[in-house]
Amino acid sequence: MSSRDDILGRVRAGLQRNAGNAAAGREIMQAAMEGRIEGPKPAMDTAPAALLERFRVKSELQSSTVEVVAQESEVPAAVARYLAAMNLPTTAVVQPALAALDWAAAGLKVEARGARDADLVGITGCFCAVAETGTLMMCSSPDAPATVSLLPETHVAVVRAARILPYMEDAWNLARAELGTLPRAVNFISGPSRTGDIEQTIVLGAHGPYRVHLVIVEG
Amino acid sequence: MEIKSMRFKANASASLANVVLQGNLKNAKGKFVTKRAEALKDLDDFEGTRDAAKAIRNKVIDNLDLWLERFERKALDTGAHVLWAKDGAEVCRLVTEIARKHGVKKVTKSKSMLSEEAGLNQALEAAGIQPVETDLGEYILQVDNNEPPSHIIAPAVHKSLDDVADLFHKVHGTPRKTEIPALTREAREVLRGHFLTAEMGLSGGNFLVAETGSVALVTNEGNGRMVTTLPKVHVVITGIEKVIPTLEDLSTLMRLLPRSATGQSISNYFSILTGVKKPEEHDGPEHLYFVLVDSGRADVIGGEFHEMLRCIRCGACMNHCPVYQTIGGHAYGWVYPGPMGSVLTPLYAGIENSIDLPHAATLCNQCGIVCPVGIPLPELLRKLREKQTDAGLRPLTERIGLRLWAWVAQQPKLYALGARFGVRYLKWLAGKSDRISLLPMAPEWTRGRDFPAPQGKTFREMYAARRKAA
Repeated sequence: MSSRDDILGRVRAGLQRNAGNAAAGREIMQAAMEGRIEGPKPAMDTAPAALLERFRVKSELQSSTVEVVAQESEVPAAVARYLAAMNLPTTAVVQPALAALDWAAAGLKVEARGARDADLVGITGCFCAVAETGTLMMCSSPDAPATVSLLPETHVAVVRAARILPYMEDAWNLARAELGTLPRAVNFISGPSRTGDIEQTIVLGAHGPYRVHLVIVEG
Repeated sequence: MEIKSMRFKANASASLANVVLQGNLKNAKGKFVTKRAEALKDLDDFEGTRDAAKAIRNKVIDNLDLWLERFERKALDTGAHVLWAKDGAEVCRLVTEIARKHGVKKVTKSKSMLSEEAGLNQALEAAGIQPVETDLGEYILQVDNNEPPSHIIAPAVHKSLDDVADLFHKVHGTPRKTEIPALTREAREVLRGHFLTAEMGLSGGNFLVAETGSVALVTNEGNGRMVTTLPKVHVVITGIEKVIPTLEDLSTLMRLLPRSATGQSISNYFSILTGVKKPEEHDGPEHLYFVLVDSGRADVIGGEFHEMLRCIRCGACMNHCPVYQTIGGHAYGWVYPGPMGSVLTPLYAGIENSIDLPHAATLCNQCGIVCPVGIPLPELLRKLREKQTDAGLRPLTERIGLRLWAWVAQQPKLYALGARFGVRYLKWLAGKSDRISLLPMAPEWTRGRDFPAPQGKTFREMYAARRKAA
């Protein structure tokens, strides 16, 4: 007998599986899959301005820094200002999805590709953002390689205010509507990477970025 | 992993006598508790969320065969392979075969307690494949002669900054650093090289999503993302009970898991991985394997410990356990410490191999109160005690003692006589004081605390006297 059959066989024996309770079990399963039952969620003001504010506050609690700009064309200059203020390099790897912005005009040298070990700054967009916890939802694709938000020491993410949603549940529904199936990797990111493994002292920059800067585009 | 739970009493005594460990434990214990309590505040309805989480987990384990088949079908649809392992030995065999098939020389690992259960690192090493633990806590333990973890979330919680400083100085041959950020940076630099060169990444799985055939990983350091993004092969090792129905259910459970574990409203990274890299993509593994592991779980289904399978491995029960807080995780002698370990070790590693674990609890129910999926841990511990007694597994002295007590308790006159003697003896022992500082029959009990002395007569004597007066 294969291990699969052996394991499933013992599970069935434990559940005293028979035709009757199998049919009942399938109904429960079907109802769960179709019902997509949501659990209790913390109350939230979902007006656009309130969502943006909550997202900003929660992101800062996760040790991210935030700047709000009026329109997308202001993003490269905002990123350049941040990098200069932090004394960081002006060379960056950018997700291909953002390659069309005029980075050169802001004095930045960017390459649109997946990240490599030597890249110090990674610039990404995001699929959407979750106000409840101050979280970015990244969906991997050829235009949005997962490495850009992971390997560099600094991660700058561009967030459209209109895509700040209240809850993670809303993010799943948006993914179902726009993408159909899930991409290879969905990464929810909430601030810079961290560890508390030595004496439970939180240190930022474990294996991923040391800092995450969010540029929120209002328009 | 070798089971050392039979030596619980000796291990616990050694832990209590270890001054350095006691200092580290004292330093750690308040933090988990306070952080969790803080994090629960912004959840408007903790009880309701917990009920929902409990219902989700029950829904799956009550029909686990159907959910497993459903998950398997969806995972195969995404291009993943699904393998099944009956026990740790089969996990080791399957993972080694996968590694050989893809010409793997180095495996980077994100934390997997099942890999600890199976003793996978030793098996990989024996096959000439280098396993590298990349969670900072696990890495610290691996370079310290493969010391076992003492906590499921913070594996090296028993070690102090000084311990780690000495260790890194020794194994890395670098100047001794005394700042935690500097030590973290040193580990980061060592491990970055491994991330970039490993051909295979190995992770556990916090949840398996039946709706999408995905694995969900809850991490903070980014190592989980590294090992599932950079190598060409990704192997997920996970218990068969980890399936959940939908992405909505994932969101509900995520409101509880990080809060219960580390007191975070959400973990830094939460990754939902589905299938393999598409040809036009820059990154991601080309091969994805799920190893669904039984190792005792299937036999728990439908039995009196069925509810234990709801466990989502947050560690809140151990963080809040007065016994764990005092002796640390190593004394429990296997992979899972604290109250959940005292239930799981007898179930998965043998009740006869862990005689003392169900008794390593005061049944104060702190664990039951904080459990995010409402597992009645004290009740399960009590059931294990009953099973031990029924199977005659308790020590001879205890069995004789209990039988003697049972016999006396059934002789009202003899019992009353015994109680009268006992009360008067203890009162005599206390002398003028109202406390006894040393109990001759149980000196351990009075080490560090006094025993309150009885103040005169037994309950039955007083009851009889009052009835007479009335």
